[in-house]
Amino acid sequence: MNETKKIQLEYSQMESDRMRLNVGPQHPSTHGVLRLEVEIDGEIVTEVIPHIGYLHRCFEKHCEKMTYPQVIPYVDRLDYISAMNNEWPYVMAVEKLLEIKVPEKVEYIRVIMAELNRIANHQIAVATFGLDAGAFTPFLYFFRDREYILWIMEKCSGARLLFNYFWIGGLAHDVYPSFKQEVLDAIKQVRKTNAEVMNLLIYNKIFIDRTANIGILPADVAINYACSGPTLRGSGVKWDLRKDDTYSIYNRFDFNIPVGKGEVGQLGDCWDRNIVRMYEMEESCKIIEQAVAQMPDTGDVKEAIPAKLRPPKGAEIYQRAENPKGELGFYVVSNGTEKPDRIKARGTSFVNLSVLPVISKGYMFADLILILGSIDIVLGEVDR
Amino acid sequence: MGETNFLIKLLGDNLITVLLISALPLGFLVVYALLAILGELKISAWMQERVGPMRTGWKGVLQPLAEVIKLIQKEDITPDAANKPLYNLAPYIVFTGAYAAFAVIPFSEFFVPSGINLGLFYIFAVGSIGAIGIVMGGWASNNKYTLLGAMRSVAQLISYEIPGAMAILSIAVLSSSLNMQEINKAQTGWFWNWFMFGGPGSYEKLWVIPFTLGLTLIYMIASLAETNRTPFDIPEGESELVAGYHTEYSGMKFAMFFFAEYANMFVVAAVLVTAFMGGWNSPFGSFLSGPLWGAFWFIGKSFFVIFVQIWLRWTLPRLRVDQLMYLGWKILLPVSFICFLFVSLFRMLN
Repeated sequence: MNETKKIQLEYSQMESDRMRLNVGPQHPSTHGVLRLEVEIDGEIVTEVIPHIGYLHRCFEKHCEKMTYPQVIPYVDRLDYISAMNNEWPYVMAVEKLLEIKVPEKVEYIRVIMAELNRIANHQIAVATFGLDAGAFTPFLYFFRDREYILWIMEKCSGARLLFNYFWIGGLAHDVYPSFKQEVLDAIKQVRKTNAEVMNLLIYNKIFIDRTANIGILPADVAINYACSGPTLRGSGVKWDLRKDDTYSIYNRFDFNIPVGKGEVGQLGDCWDRNIVRMYEMEESCKIIEQAVAQMPDTGDVKEAIPAKLRPPKGAEIYQRAENPKGELGFYVVSNGTEKPDRIKARGTSFVNLSVLPVISKGYMFADLILILGSIDIVLGEVDR
Repeated sequence: MGETNFLIKLLGDNLITVLLISALPLGFLVVYALLAILGELKISAWMQERVGPMRTGWKGVLQPLAEVIKLIQKEDITPDAANKPLYNLAPYIVFTGAYAAFAVIPFSEFFVPSGINLGLFYIFAVGSIGAIGIVMGGWASNNKYTLLGAMRSVAQLISYEIPGAMAILSIAVLSSSLNMQEINKAQTGWFWNWFMFGGPGSYEKLWVIPFTLGLTLIYMIASLAETNRTPFDIPEGESELVAGYHTEYSGMKFAMFFFAEYANMFVVAAVLVTAFMGGWNSPFGSFLSGPLWGAFWFIGKSFFVIFVQIWLRWTLPRLRVDQLMYLGWKILLPVSFICFLFVSLFRMLN
């Protein structure tokens, strides 16, 4: 690491001193305890090396000492701002190992919760992305609206952030009586604020100048680095596990998969990745509306929860689901006891972060922060 | 000098009067800074649908005072690797630059601390002292972030002083004076006599109004860049440079930087008001005009400009450093030259 790499870049007309700058782990814009080792030539970034591991909590090793239901709270803490979505692939994996058929009502509640959590996640993603660009006000608008969603989840599960709500075979609690109405009210509020933010931030001239043509991620590079979620879709690749590897009851709903089109700049720039999140919130609203209309009122959410939880010896499964940030998968191996033999998580943020050094070379230092913001990582999932 | 300064008329021309005159803007500045901080807190809260600080005093009006007390109490840390003399001196130089400009600000018909004939020129001259302090602080902190912030600050100052100076130069052409009081006197009458609307004159001045309005806008933008306010807060750019040039400062020294920023906000607002918005003149001709009303109008207009600065800060995202240069050198500078040319032509033909 001591040797300075000589990267011949065309903008560097003269041989100048390059400076190595440590961005993080304590820095306002690294979205957690990420450390970026950045080499800059004046203001131009010539090299980025992400150093991870500051939030490593031995998730996978811990899981081996826990029974299957006890793993769920740990799963919550991976991507801690979309905990409902994290629980889902894990719960589905174990259900498939045990061959449990989940009741109809549970599936609908899970869809509603997951999509509400997707909205909450994208709200934070867009809000912090705006904050990275220097716009503080939309950040607070989004946080105000996110409260409506968190209240619904709090009433259902008892927790604001780390829910432990999806249980293997069912749910921790049934929903409360005014649930449907409150969900619809929350959606109304989300749509109202999104329209406002579209005017205030997304189509603001300065914001477009800052984010268009920055951090361009071509579709082939995105696929080579196994990116997924809005990071991949921002590059124009229509890949969404809810449609392409459909799970649960997603095939019953009518929704689109928004992709980046290069509307104000080049395809796959930061603005495209961000606008995909804005459109996805609207698609989630559509799914929730349909799910609320179709959801059966009667049914016991706990009837399929097994009393004894011992998957057959040697059984293994990889179950993935579309997290707000991309593909989250769990590889579960059973050894016949109530504790898993091995659990491996495919963290979306970790995989998406790997593309950062490739797409941020040659841009300004201020752009690097925006590129990182547009990838939307959560360090809990990067380090696990 | 007596006719522009009521204190000299009142107390005679002696040392105590001079000291009093120098101290009066400082007293004003302290009160104003507290008000502006409260304004910043409450206006941002209002825009963001929050309530803002509510615990200190009635509706949180004592919050700025509490913050000042907090800053005084805080430990004053000097990094080991810092260049101590420069590091300690920097905040005071920044504040000196900001406060020196108050010497020529005409608060009223009968009060200007020093009615020198080169008022506008003087403001631009002392305004640049602040940049020296920022570079000193940024370099002496021995931190890469502060150094980047300081470099950005200087680059920004140079690119925005020129369009700003061009805008002010057109006012010098229109009023044939650099004296702040003379410029104010030239705009006496209703608000359409302001230089923003082409100054006093008959219907021929309609030709020059678009250019003077453009110059007002240019000076407004340039002044935002000069005071490092959003969308031009690149030297402080918190999302990339943590806190820019004052990252390492704490306690009272940080408070001095903070104080200087607010003082600078008032200075540029005062120049804008004096040069384009009639200074202490009442907008309604002789209605509500007079020395005391003059001070009211002057401070009121300045506060309005400061409100606009705060408003913009909480609305707009931040520009990137190269976009700021582009805006300064390739848009504002040519436009200000064109406006200056037409204003001069108009003045020559009249």
